[in-house]
Amino acid sequence: MKKIEAIIQPHKLEDVKEALKSIGIDGMTITEVRGHGRQKGHKEIYRGMEYQVDLLPKVKLEMVVADERANEVIQTVVNSARTGKIGDGKVFVYDVAEAIRIRNDDRGEGAL
Amino acid sequence: MPLRRWVLLLIPVLSLAQSVAPSTDARLNNLEAAVKSAQSAGDNAWMLTSAALVLMMTGPGLALFYGGLVRRKNVLSTMMHSFILMAVISVLWAIVGYSLAFGEGWPFIGDLRYLFLNGVGSAPNPDYAPTIPHQTYMVYQLMFAIITPALISGAFAERMKFSAMLLFSVLWALIVYFPLAHMVWGKGGFLNAALGGRIPCFDFAGGTVVHISSGVSALVCALYLGKRKGYGSEPMKPHSIVLSVIGACLLWVGWFGFNAGSAVAASSLATSAFIATHFATAAAVLGWMLAEWLRNGKPSVLGAISGAVAGLVAITPASGFVQPFPALLIGFLAGVVCFLMVTIVKSKFGYDDTLDAFGVHGAGGTLGALLTGVFATNAVNDGFKDANGKLLPLGMVDGHAGQVLNQAVGVLISWGLAIVGTLIILKICDVLLGVRATPEAELEGLDISMHGEEGYNLEA
Repeated sequence: MKKIEAIIQPHKLEDVKEALKSIGIDGMTITEVRGHGRQKGHKEIYRGMEYQVDLLPKVKLEMVVADERANEVIQTVVNSARTGKIGDGKVFVYDVAEAIRIRNDDRGEGAL
Repeated sequence: MPLRRWVLLLIPVLSLAQSVAPSTDARLNNLEAAVKSAQSAGDNAWMLTSAALVLMMTGPGLALFYGGLVRRKNVLSTMMHSFILMAVISVLWAIVGYSLAFGEGWPFIGDLRYLFLNGVGSAPNPDYAPTIPHQTYMVYQLMFAIITPALISGAFAERMKFSAMLLFSVLWALIVYFPLAHMVWGKGGFLNAALGGRIPCFDFAGGTVVHISSGVSALVCALYLGKRKGYGSEPMKPHSIVLSVIGACLLWVGWFGFNAGSAVAASSLATSAFIATHFATAAAVLGWMLAEWLRNGKPSVLGAISGAVAGLVAITPASGFVQPFPALLIGFLAGVVCFLMVTIVKSKFGYDDTLDAFGVHGAGGTLGALLTGVFATNAVNDGFKDANGKLLPLGMVDGHAGQVLNQAVGVLISWGLAIVGTLIILKICDVLLGVRATPEAELEGLDISMHGEEGYNLEA
């Protein structure tokens, strides 16, 4: 099993969700986060006081899928989240040791 | 023929008129009383409305304007600075404040004739407002006394102890506001242009009394208290400019009560002050926005609403004295000057005037007071006449350039009293209570450390 963690632009969330739904992925966890990579932030000025805002709002999606579906899911996320501009985000992929469904103690891919 | 018939008819009518002559007099008297009461009703309706509008400037107007500009952890304490003065100053006003400000007294302070509002009833005070109940005038003036110390709170927001703020406000009203209000508006006051002052300084609605006094005192407070922890190194962004926009709009509307109400009648002078106020404010918004757009590349919303307040401040002494076009000019200049004050001057000198009470009220008030001497004209205000009933020239545009000097004296006295008075009061508060919140209290935020509450309990 693989865990796919994608940090994307907040306004691309609906597109990504739709794309994932269309390939049959409907389980995911979403968190509102703040951060930056190479994009850096922007400047805000309040009555002459300048603030460099580095941490920008992003959305983090997390989902765990079977190994053989991982590439397809990653590609779907990348395609649907892309605007081509700096700040589009990143995708990280991890190996998952185990998955357990709390309701009935199912284990492994069957629990996904 | 018809003429003779008319004459014949008139004979009994004339004899009848003779016999009812006393009752005609009575009817005339009744009519006069009715006209007077109708005027009083109209004036009183406007003045009570104005009093309510001016109270609305403090709460919610100023409370929202200032509350939105601080960090989330200090929103309640900042709003409380405005709100609590609606209570504290009112009580003080009833006990002694009105008397010290408006009792005839001496050139620099009133006497105690109106202690506990004794003798302030429904009969008009002919010196101050001959057509409305004395009580209406008293409560209208109270609203000014409330907002003035509330304006100062912009300078010490986010770091002053609440107990010290209360003591400071009471002492400030007693030592700075009541004497200054007496000098400018009280009968026999040193600067009173209408009621026999030594140096006639025109201040229609409080450029010196309200804005210079509060703005300059604010600067003294900012310097005395020192900068907020982390000023310049940590982000201190306004937590909700949305609140500030609502507050600024309420201030704009409330200010019609402040300036047009200062005619103390529902008169054409009130209309003129209303018009000057509105146009100056509009021009000031554009002045600030333009200056900011040119300098920073973007026209901010905070800039636009700050410009409105700057314009309202600057036109305050001039409204009721100036024509609409000079009002536009005064407003536009105020927008540009106050923008430069809060951006360039503040950063150059490095003082932490949290919400720019000095940059807007001190600078805007001074500019407005001086320009009043330039643009005041008897075409707008016909209240000043010589012994023969001829209109006196008012400002430089009327050919009376010396008025600018009179205005400068008023400005200097206001600055002086505000600086000395505020320093003494801060020292007293510091010795008795300590003026500044502890570093831990400041870090935690004054809402929790002073009041035990939070402004936004989103999880609740």
